[in-house]
Amino acid sequence: MTTAMQRVMTAIGQREPDRVPVFLSVTMHGAKELGLSIRDYYSRAENVVEGQMRLLDKYRGDGLNAAYYAAIELEAFGGETIFFEDGPPNAAGPVILRDEDIDRLEPVRITDAPGLVRALETIRGLKERVGDTVPILGSAISPFSLPVMQMGFDRYIELIYEQPVRFAKLMAVNQAFCADWANAQLASGATAIGYADPMASTTNIPREIFLKTGYPVAKETIGRIKGATAFHLASGRGLGIVEDIVATGASAVGVSTFEDLADWKAALRGRLTLIGNLNGVEMRRWSAERAETEVKRAIAKAGRGGGFILTDNHGEIPWQVPDATLLAIRDAVDRWGRYPLDWVE
Amino acid sequence: MGENRLGQSANKLYEALVLLDRPRIEEIFIQAVGHASPLQVIEDMMIPALRRLGDEWSAGRIALSQIYMGSRICEDLVERVLPASAVERKSYPPMAIVLLHDYHTLGKRIVLSVMRASGFNILDFGHMETDELVGRVLSSDVKILLISVLMLSSALKVKDVRAALDAKGARVRIAVGGAPFLFDSKLWREVGADAMGYNAADAVAIVQDWRKDWS
Repeated sequence: MTTAMQRVMTAIGQREPDRVPVFLSVTMHGAKELGLSIRDYYSRAENVVEGQMRLLDKYRGDGLNAAYYAAIELEAFGGETIFFEDGPPNAAGPVILRDEDIDRLEPVRITDAPGLVRALETIRGLKERVGDTVPILGSAISPFSLPVMQMGFDRYIELIYEQPVRFAKLMAVNQAFCADWANAQLASGATAIGYADPMASTTNIPREIFLKTGYPVAKETIGRIKGATAFHLASGRGLGIVEDIVATGASAVGVSTFEDLADWKAALRGRLTLIGNLNGVEMRRWSAERAETEVKRAIAKAGRGGGFILTDNHGEIPWQVPDATLLAIRDAVDRWGRYPLDWVE
Repeated sequence: MGENRLGQSANKLYEALVLLDRPRIEEIFIQAVGHASPLQVIEDMMIPALRRLGDEWSAGRIALSQIYMGSRICEDLVERVLPASAVERKSYPPMAIVLLHDYHTLGKRIVLSVMRASGFNILDFGHMETDELVGRVLSSDVKILLISVLMLSSALKVKDVRAALDAKGARVRIAVGGAPFLFDSKLWREVGADAMGYNAADAVAIVQDWRKDWS
């Protein structure tokens, strides 16, 4: 029997496995499985290990999602996190309150950040459970995107346009942190790292500015990460920078539901694996029939020849999406994702 | 300065805004207010240029960073000729903007700049949760409420705001904006909003339309 690891690796090798691999990006949903609040769930590594294992069993996905929540990286820089009952934890506020704070910013050691240490324990715990049979997906926010939380989106945009020297200083600190954090996850047993870089998206910044800022940062940082990375645009558009993303050295790219998977597949030409792009927000209202239609459509556009992993477009499915919908998506993958995809015209 | 000439200037202003060419933006604006009233320049040049910026962003052809930086420049220029206290400012009916149950401020900041650059006086309620917001809307006699969110869980809270305002018999029009509404085009109706904006400039069009009911 093909393991999830074999299935995913075959797809990444641009060949057709037994069926299209599927990652259902269920993160905080583990709390529901354990009957815990989201805050309590993330307070202990054992909770997340158990939650992810139950979600793996329930939805029969092809990967374990070891990611906690984005703000956990800001905690490493002294930030605080606000927890909600029904949604992802948020950063409570920026840690860089004045632009001058950047001048004194020092790299953060992973071992000094309790949240990150807990996340690494989680990866080790998952690895003990599944060995090499199921990919374990770590995550790291790109150095170029982390400042949205570190200093606030508005002030960060101003920094990019108006203060190149401070921008470079901030990138240097964040690059060291990002590479250390990603490599610590790989050393703990993560199979690959989701390199979350929504700021790179043409939704957020024009390509000509990206090429002078986030692109060299991404290329250098991904080069320092000692394992496979998936460049994730977290719902943002990216077709306008597809060649740049390919050139970063990433192995895969996670794309927006606002872009056509067929366009992405054609643009990538087998150089990167395509990950996407079910609409997680709209998914909340999908019937089982609609879920099947969406799965079928995505597979028809991108499944042929391998090099495709079906998932949502953001890397985190909302808390409000019913279990029945996720199960309907998963069942539809069994129904329509078996290779060869003879039904695709 | 005629409407046509201001229309041509709107195209030039748009091009300068895309490039974030501040000297050129200022030059176009100063030239326009030398030949027409500030309000006419806002209506016939500034609003069309900002509208086009919003449409181009919705179409994926320009980026949020350009909208943010451009709208700030426009807000600053308009403040110079039409300070917040100016009687020409569009202040009636009372209107406000809020970030509801959410900590992602950029969307609200951009809408605020675009509204102010379009000659509106609008109260900024900052970040609020439902009860505090309803109390503030009632005490400020707000008639038009713009709600910005980024998270789905926050978007769903609009339903509570609507229900609480209805329970108080308050006649308040609610327009919503933010990522969850872009990803689910039926969500704004589900939460009881009266309109949704696909981009910041939509807020101006929505409010301009609604103001007719109070004139």
